[in-house]
Amino acid sequence: MEFKVPTMAQMIADGETPEILFWVGCAGSFDERAQKITKDISKILHHVGLKFAILGTEESCTGDPAKRAGNEFLFQMQAMANIELLNAYDIKKIVTGCPHCFNTIKNEYPELGGNYEVIHHTQLIQGLIDEGKLKASNGEFFKGKKITYHDPCYLGRANGVYEAPREILQQLDADLVEMKRCKTNGLCCGAGGAQMFKEPEKGDKDINIERVEEALSLSPNIIAAGCPFCMTMLSDGVKHFEKENEVQVLDLAEITAKANGLS
Amino acid sequence: MQIRCPMILQFLFLVLLIAAAGLFAKNISKIRRNILLGRDLDLSDQKGLRWMNLLKIALGQSKMAAKPIPFLLHLCLYVGFVIINIELIEIVIDGLAGTHRVFAPMMGSLYNFLIASFEWLAFLVLLACVVFLSRRNLIKLKRFTGTEMTKWPKSDANYILVIEILLMTAFLTMNAADAKLQFANVEHYIKAGSFPVSAFLQNILPNDAASLIAIERTCWWFHIIGIFAFLNYVPYSKHLHILFAFPASYYGSLHAKGKINNMQSVSNEVKAMLDPTFVPVQTESPGRFGAKDATDLNWKNLLDSYACTECGRCTSMCPANQTGKLLSPRKIMMDTRDRITEIGKNIDLHGKDFKDDKSLLDQYVSREELWACTTCNACTEACPINLDPLSIIIELRRYLVMEESAATASLNTMQSNIETNGTPWKFANSERANWTN
Repeated sequence: MEFKVPTMAQMIADGETPEILFWVGCAGSFDERAQKITKDISKILHHVGLKFAILGTEESCTGDPAKRAGNEFLFQMQAMANIELLNAYDIKKIVTGCPHCFNTIKNEYPELGGNYEVIHHTQLIQGLIDEGKLKASNGEFFKGKKITYHDPCYLGRANGVYEAPREILQQLDADLVEMKRCKTNGLCCGAGGAQMFKEPEKGDKDINIERVEEALSLSPNIIAAGCPFCMTMLSDGVKHFEKENEVQVLDLAEITAKANGLS
Repeated sequence: MQIRCPMILQFLFLVLLIAAAGLFAKNISKIRRNILLGRDLDLSDQKGLRWMNLLKIALGQSKMAAKPIPFLLHLCLYVGFVIINIELIEIVIDGLAGTHRVFAPMMGSLYNFLIASFEWLAFLVLLACVVFLSRRNLIKLKRFTGTEMTKWPKSDANYILVIEILLMTAFLTMNAADAKLQFANVEHYIKAGSFPVSAFLQNILPNDAASLIAIERTCWWFHIIGIFAFLNYVPYSKHLHILFAFPASYYGSLHAKGKINNMQSVSNEVKAMLDPTFVPVQTESPGRFGAKDATDLNWKNLLDSYACTECGRCTSMCPANQTGKLLSPRKIMMDTRDRITEIGKNIDLHGKDFKDDKSLLDQYVSREELWACTTCNACTEACPINLDPLSIIIELRRYLVMEESAATASLNTMQSNIETNGTPWKFANSERANWTN
């Protein structure tokens, strides 16, 4: 990275407090594809001059896949350790790069003692656009391109965030087309509920293939996503149909960074 | 008046009324007992919001509107059912007192308006039933098929529609005969009511008073006995939703859909592990973690299972089901209901401590079904009355993982990675911030 991304530990040592904590998530930290999204979220935060920090090696899995696989023990062990850390740093506001982390911290941590204002990065970006801090200066890149947006379940149905991602896309001079199964009727990419970490049960086809088939039927240039798990599933699906040269799967953070000349 | 409607018939009516109401109350109280076999759950909060949900979702049918055609047809049945049943009050009084159209003299022209409305509604009910029957049996909509849609659920749906057709036909034929008798100034048949629909049936009825009286009386008795019988069919049928949709929507989740409940029993153990001085919050002894059998589920899960009308919107939206996996959220609801009903029957036959060697898990719901769920909430979103198959799936998974350690191998790897590295993949946590370099 061309600028320094500070950790909470460093900030505290320097006697500073961030405006917002960037909860990167495991996919965003380790998965090569998702790391690009993480970097673009950081670039956006840096670009608008928002003082932010990450937890660095102190961050640990929220426990989402463990909970949804049925391991409530492991989930609560993770949750309580994370909450202890977040409370020790007196964190007030968190932006996450992953809808699963977003949902867990927002909805499941409060009862266990973790109360924070939690937003997903698409909501942050939409807010920055509304405040005029982000402008689609490099918008020509998207001009006339057909973009379809895949609703991540844990952003859409799980938390009712349907509009923020779409408003980001509407800023561009692109052609936003909707799949038939969108918003409340959105079809899962197939990775939720710990499916990301296992082979699917036997059936007629894989869920991500079904989803990408639907997306490709619109002949889009770009499939927009807002979740690192969806990113993996959709990219795999596009490769399955050998369309990776014609159709890009991009996160909304990547699209925003590109439109603002940050990447 | 007493000649045609002797005391014996009034007495017979009273006996039938008491028998029908009594049997219905007995069966409903059994279902209530079955539901309360589930675990405790405190849902006494936010009463205002809950009442709003009941009014909006159950009474106002707000979520039905997502599918406009079934919504309109269902609305005909629903409004027809509720409003035509107003006339039941009159029928019951007439039956008990031996009167005929007892409300007519006191209501005047309002009575004519009401009877005319009932006729139009009866017509709409008939129409809706015919369309529904053809959707199920001629067009064979995919939503009404599936592994769980065996002979009984299919017949059940058809029985309901056929019974409603018979009841409405009897109602209209009765009115047609009545109108003709009124016109012929036959004694007892006071001039009352307006018959815009049944007027079309008058021509096919005979003209002599004796036959008309026989038809009118037969239809009257058929209609009311049919209603008594139907009332007692409902507790065995998916049609129970006409009652249970109300408590189910009242007690429905008020949280964001993405929230899965935190188990207090686990919090106690985890907190005690982290802090030996911790004094646990008193909870009901969980017995086991998660659910193996229907009685391990909470009472709301069981209430949901009885409220389900097997419409299949959940299953038709389920990504696992759409791609040919075994999972069907409707089957989860039906299995839960069938199992808790079986447990209830065992209690009736063998006493409350009887245990058979079956359970909801494995005998009803297979592990393969459970592991196919992506927790995407398409099912809970699609349900017109906010039932929650997902929470049943999660409870069964909790039992598999926490009691039997029976997750699939790859899920076990994911869990041990979290335990050792704090991430579901096999990465060292020290590398977590390497992307910043």
